[in-house]
Order: sequence, then structure tokens, then C-alpha cells
Amino acid sequence: MTDATAQLPGVTPPRAARAAAPLSASLFGDRIYQAVITAFAVFIPLLLILIAIAIGIAAWPALSRSGLSFVTSSEWNVAEGKFGVAPAIYGTLVSSAIALILATPLALGVSIFLSEIAPKWLRQPVAFLVDLLAAVPSVVYGLWGIFVLIPLLRDPVGPFVRDTLGLGKTPLFSGPNYGYSMLAAGIILAIMILPFISAVTREVLLAVPRSQRDAALALGATRWEMIRDAVLPYARSGIIGGIILGLGRALGETMAVMMLIGNRAEISASLFAPGYTMASLIANQFSEATSDLHLSALMAVGAVLFVVTLIVNAIARWLVWRVTRGSGR
Amino acid sequence: MKRRTRHTKSHVMLGLTYVAALIATLPLLLILVHLLSEGAKYIRPSFFTEMPRPIGEPGGGMANAIVGTLILISIASVIGLPVGIGAGLFLAEKRGSTLATVVRFLSDVLNGLPSIVLGIFAWQFLVRPVGHFSALAGGMALGAMMIPLVTRTTEEMIRLVPVSLRESALALGYTRWRTSLTIVLRTALPGIVTGALVAIARIAGETAPLLFTALGNQFWSTSLKGPIAALPLQIFTYAITPYDTAHGQAWAGAVVLIVVVLIISLLARFATRSRFGLGAD
Amino acid sequence: MPAVADPEPVAAPLQVAESPRAPPLLETKRLNAYFGEARVLRNITAEIQDREITAVIGPSGCGKSTLLRCLNRMHETAPGASVEGDVTLDGMSIYKGDLSAIAVRRHVGMVFQRPTPFPTMSIRDNVVAGLRILGRDGPSRAEADAIAEESLKRCGLWTEVEDRLRESALALSGGQQQRLCIARALATQPRVLLLDEPTASLDPLSTQTIEELVHELRKEITVIIVTHNMQQAARVSDRTAFMLAGELIEIASTNSIFTNPKDSRTEAYVTGRFG
Repeated sequence: MTDATAQLPGVTPPRAARAAAPLSASLFGDRIYQAVITAFAVFIPLLLILIAIAIGIAAWPALSRSGLSFVTSSEWNVAEGKFGVAPAIYGTLVSSAIALILATPLALGVSIFLSEIAPKWLRQPVAFLVDLLAAVPSVVYGLWGIFVLIPLLRDPVGPFVRDTLGLGKTPLFSGPNYGYSMLAAGIILAIMILPFISAVTREVLLAVPRSQRDAALALGATRWEMIRDAVLPYARSGIIGGIILGLGRALGETMAVMMLIGNRAEISASLFAPGYTMASLIANQFSEATSDLHLSALMAVGAVLFVVTLIVNAIARWLVWRVTRGSGR
Repeated sequence: MKRRTRHTKSHVMLGLTYVAALIATLPLLLILVHLLSEGAKYIRPSFFTEMPRPIGEPGGGMANAIVGTLILISIASVIGLPVGIGAGLFLAEKRGSTLATVVRFLSDVLNGLPSIVLGIFAWQFLVRPVGHFSALAGGMALGAMMIPLVTRTTEEMIRLVPVSLRESALALGYTRWRTSLTIVLRTALPGIVTGALVAIARIAGETAPLLFTALGNQFWSTSLKGPIAALPLQIFTYAITPYDTAHGQAWAGAVVLIVVVLIISLLARFATRSRFGLGAD
Repeated sequence: MPAVADPEPVAAPLQVAESPRAPPLLETKRLNAYFGEARVLRNITAEIQDREITAVIGPSGCGKSTLLRCLNRMHETAPGASVEGDVTLDGMSIYKGDLSAIAVRRHVGMVFQRPTPFPTMSIRDNVVAGLRILGRDGPSRAEADAIAEESLKRCGLWTEVEDRLRESALALSGGQQQRLCIARALATQPRVLLLDEPTASLDPLSTQTIEELVHELRKEITVIIVTHNMQQAARVSDRTAFMLAGELIEIASTNSIFTNPKDSRTEAYVTGRFG
């Protein structure tokens, strides 16, 4: 008959039992671990707060002096202590708008291609190439822009648009064309934000359930109609989120823009005119800032940039989250 | 609409997406080709070993900038890796909690901040108070940029480890912390390392934050407390000069930078194939 | 765990009285398990004898795996999961005494449905993984090697792996990996071995090998095996417990359960009228 307390003949009691860890020690280890990883995680919101504080402190002198005129005035007179950044805001908006107009249809097209149409063997390489655009450093884009894009815009593109197409008379394309322009900045920005819009759009398109597609096809829709009527509407808010994300990137881009936009404080309707953006303004003038007030003004521009990109990115992430959370991706 | 026209329209639209894909892949190839053809002429061993000559003079190299970048990314990693991996572990293990949702969201927000803003942050807290630029400040700014990148890939990699593996360890009598670190983290390590490398490649090319912190340096310096040269900064400085020789150096620097980025991206792609979400589905 | 008085009167599961038995090794006492608010185990009261193989059978979702996981305090590792009632091992309470969950798990080993060798460890390191955590109190390197060999021999795996002990465990086949997991669980010399559908993901040949192994183990250790395969239960076990919807309906010698079940529901299940 079995004896419940018998051990294996010749073998000592369960090895592990001889050294069962004291209750307190293992709990202690777990508690430390929890505390450490929680601390690291909490570091992130803390960092954001610190960034906000840093910018607030740096920007305060200039902001408190100029008040609202900071964003509405165009007068940037260092000597007199007048700092109005309207041209920078204008430049940021216009260059970003150009970038979005150029990049969005392309990104959407590529994403639809990759998620619905491309043959399996083509998917990985094309996706890789598009995603790689995000890995190219900004300064390299700027370099390429200076020596390839700008000359291209100066000649033959500029004359082509103005003379051959006759658009030189329109406000959009009037004025002298040195190559360094809003258009150049817009184009390079478009290339830079393309991978971001594309990656997000791809993600949300893949999150659309099979059933949506199957239902449309079963009703007799063509491939394109299925995409247009069943897939895109479902993913719409996510796609918009992707576009806004691209916008967020474009708003904050510094180096490539600074190298291509001409860095002039003017508000002009022409795409060929130079200008500047908030980011390029800061970078450009930082080394030559003559007074503490000047520095503070630059930081104030940074503060505006910070707040704007914060809001834009938050909205974008929220929109994307709305579409992808249901599919568990 | 007649059936024929609908189908034609469908084919046309689908064909357009092929065109879009073509146009989208074009810039990268154009840039790479131009970069390599221009820069290849100027890449010599001396590029890696010599110091920069005064601007306008031919020859010289970017040894100080290369070393400077290495120092900067080392400092950045000291901050970025522990925080990123720790936060990634937290997010993976405490998935549903409110704090995790908030942290994940804020991490994405941090990721989207313009790098120049991070430069300002480091400048305000690390440059201004001491009155001079430093490699340390530059490394900190880059480190802050690294955090969300490493956090995200770490979380993803940890989540890929099957729950049953964790449970097997627990069932053997492993404590939770030991399970997380010696079983789960170890299993996910290759993917995490890849993610870290990709993050490093990303920040190695950043210039804007360095304008306010590391500043750049024409001379050789490895001191953490003073300004230091960096590859992207050097490229920028040379690019905007009117001298052809300087431009050549800039191209060479850009080639080095992009080759490193390319290699790391390829390695990462190879190592974590299904991560890109397409083929594996 | 707080003791909660259970208001519902519950019929004790049918036990067939047989020859007088020794005190049971493992006992559950009005064991209830919850996922959040949902109760998945209802007042399970059962006795498991030492050095016997007890099979737990029942349709999907009846709570077999949950019961198993309550025996080594794994159930509570799931978020929102909780346990009421008690389980005693050799007279010691698992839930209400001084034993930590970790200590319990060292006395009660578990093997899961899918083989889970630790991917970053070699075969030999996998086997002794449960001993490494003892730190300074653990075995020396030579002792560990001996333990690994002994464990692998018990599982019939030794001859197949003796010349590749340093290789990754992932190089083994599914059946070999599962035997490795059993060896790993046995290396810590637990009193009880819990097997949660251990052959569900294996081919018939590996299944047979493991069933033979389990049958052999009976001489040395107490085994509780959850299986959805009634033939397996009949082949391998001494006693069988039938569960349905979180309740333990009947527990008796395997022979009785399959040839002469007392409860109609048991009969319906074992004759295949539902599954």
C-alpha cells in the first residue's frame, strides 16, 4: 500500500523544499522590480513636463513683453525689441500645406497598393523602400536639396512653369525665382513625411476586417469600388490621423527646411518666394542672437511650435487609435 | 454606370496605385544614387583619420566628427536604453492599466515632438546654467529622443514572447521579476537589440538638437564638458559654405552616415521580418 | 484567502467506497475559482492519493485546466482571477498557511499543453532551470549535471540527447521538447506533477512515448493529468475525475468510471453522447 509520506528510496526530500525562498525575500524582489520599471515608465510623462517647463521659462521674457502681438505682428526688429512671428507661422503653414498636398495622394496610393493590390513578393521590398525614407537624416535631405532640387527648380522647372505653362503671371508663381523657396521646402517636406503617412495608413487599412471587403465583393463591386466604398470609409478617421501625423512632422522639421527655404522674413503669395518657418527661424538665428531678449524670443517661437505640434500629434494619435483598437493590432 | 466602364475605371485606378508606388520609391533611389556617386569620390581612408582642414582647403577628413558622434550616441544610450527598455517592460506587463495607456500615449507624443524642441529643452537645463555648450547636453537631448523609439520596440518584442513561456517559469517556482528578466527579456533580447540599433541610427543623424547643445567643434575633443563635433553638424556646416571642396567633404560625410543607417535598417528588417506587418499577414 | 461561507448546499461528488485508503496526499476543500465575477469552479471537494495517476476528464470549458492551475497556485497569476476554499498538500494548506505561492510551485510541478522549452537555454540548462533559482543553496555545477542526467533518463530522453546537451532546446522535435519539459519539472523533485493536456499538440508516436513515461512515473510520484481524450485517460490513469460546468461530478477508479459510472451525466459523457 502506498504511504503518503514515503519518499523515493535513497533520495532526500524534494530538493526545492530544502531551500524554499523565504516569503519576504521573493516579494521584496518583485516589489523592487515593479518599482523600477514603473519609475522608468513614469519618467516619460515627467520628461514631457520638464520640456514644457524648460520652454516656458526660456520663452517667458519675450512672451510677456510682446503678448499676443507675438503671433500677429510681422515686425521683427531685434534692436527695438519687437518680435512678431507672423511670417514664420505663415511659412510653416504654407510649406506644410504644400507638403501635405503633394504627399497625401502619393501616400494613400502607395498604401492602397501595398495593402490591397501588390503581389506578395513585391510588398516587402516596396514597403521597405518607402519606410526607409524615414531613416534618411534631415541634413542629408537638405544636402541633396541644395545640390539637386534647387538647381532643378531654378532651371528647368521654374521657367517651364512660368513661361511654358504661362503661370508666371499668377500670384502663385510670380516674382523672382532663386530656387531657394517655399516650393523647394514644400517638396522636400513632402518626401520626408511620405513614409509617416504611408505607415499609418497601411496600418489602418490592414485593420479593416476581411468581412467588409468580402461583403462588398459579394455584392458585385469591382476591386476599386470595394476599396473606395468599403475599405476607405471604414479606415477614414485613421487615414485622417495619418495625414495629421504627417502634418505634425512637417511642422517641426528643421534642417532640410532651413537649408532650402531661403530664410527671409517675408509673407508672399508666390511659391517661388523665399520665406522661413518657425523651426528654421530658431535654428538660423540662434547662433547670432544678440541679446537675452532675442534668445528668449527665439525660445518663444519654440514654445509656439511645441504647443502646436503637441496638439496636432495628440489628435493624430487619438484618431488612429480609434480605428485600430477594435482589431487588436 | 455600365459594367465595362466600371471595370475599366477599376483597372485605371489600380494602375494609378502602381504609379504612386513607383513615384514614392523614386526619391529614395534618386537620393541614394546621387549621394553615392558624388560622395564616393571623396571617401578615402584619410576621411576617417584626418582632422578637418580650414574651410576652402582641399583634403582633410572628419575624424573628430565621427568620434564625436560615437560619443554622443553613447551618452544618449546611457539614458535612452534603460529608460526605454524599462518603460517597454512596464507597458508590456501592465498592458491594460490606466497608467500604461497614458504612458504609451505620451510616449508617442514625445516621439512626434520636433527635435529642435528637445534641443531647446537640453539648452535650458544643461547649457544655460553652466554657461557653455557640452557633449553631455547633446547626448542628453539625443537620449530623450531615443526613449520613445526604444520603448515602443521593446514593448512589441516582449509582447511577442508567448504567455506559456512566462507561465512555465512561474510554475517552476520562478519569482515574477526573475521570470521577466531572465526568461522573457532574454528571449526577446535579439529583437530589442535590433530596435535599439535602429533608434541609435535614427538619432545619429539628428542635427537640430545639437545646434543648441554640442555646437560642433573644429578641433579634436573628446571632453564631455565642452563642445564636440558631430557628423551631421559637420555635414551641415560644409554644405552651406560656397566652397566646392567643403561640399565634397559634406557628400562624403553624408555617404558615411547613410551607409550606416542603411546597413542597420537592412539588418533590422532581416532580423524581424514580420514586424513590418505586410508579408506575414 | 478570506474564508467565505458558501450558502448553497452542494452534494458531495460521488465517491465509490473501496478498500481503506491511506490519508490523501492532496485534498481540495470546497474549492471555488473565479475570473473576476464569473465562477468557473464550484465547490470542488476531492481527494488525490499518493503515487497514483488521476485523470481529469470533461467537455471543453468544464474547468479541468482551472482546477489544475489551482493546485499549484497558477490560477491567481491571471489578472482578476481569485480563489476561495482551500487545498492541502500532505496536510499543509496551500492557500491559508505559511507557504508562499512560489514554495507551493516547487512542490507541485506543471507541464503545459504546448512544449515550452526556454529558447535561450541549452538542453541541459533547461532541465535544471528550476534549480538555478536556489542560488547559493542550489546544487554545484557537477551536482546539476548529475541531476540533469537523472531527470533525462527518467524521461527516456537521455540517450537521444546525451551528446548534444549544450545545444539549444529548440533543435528537438515536439515530442522530445515535451519530454524535456517533463524532465525539467521533475528535476526539482516535486510531490505532485500536474499535466495539462500534455500530448494535445503532439503526433501519435510522441503521444504514446509520453503516455508510457507517465505510466512509469506512477511508481515515484503523484500525477494528475487533464485530458480531453478519454482513451488516454483509460490507458494511463488509476483514478478518473469527471467534471462538467465547473463541478466535480464523479471521481472513482478509472475502471468504475468507464464501465460502471454512477452519475448519468458521467455515463453520457464517457459513452460519447456529448463531448
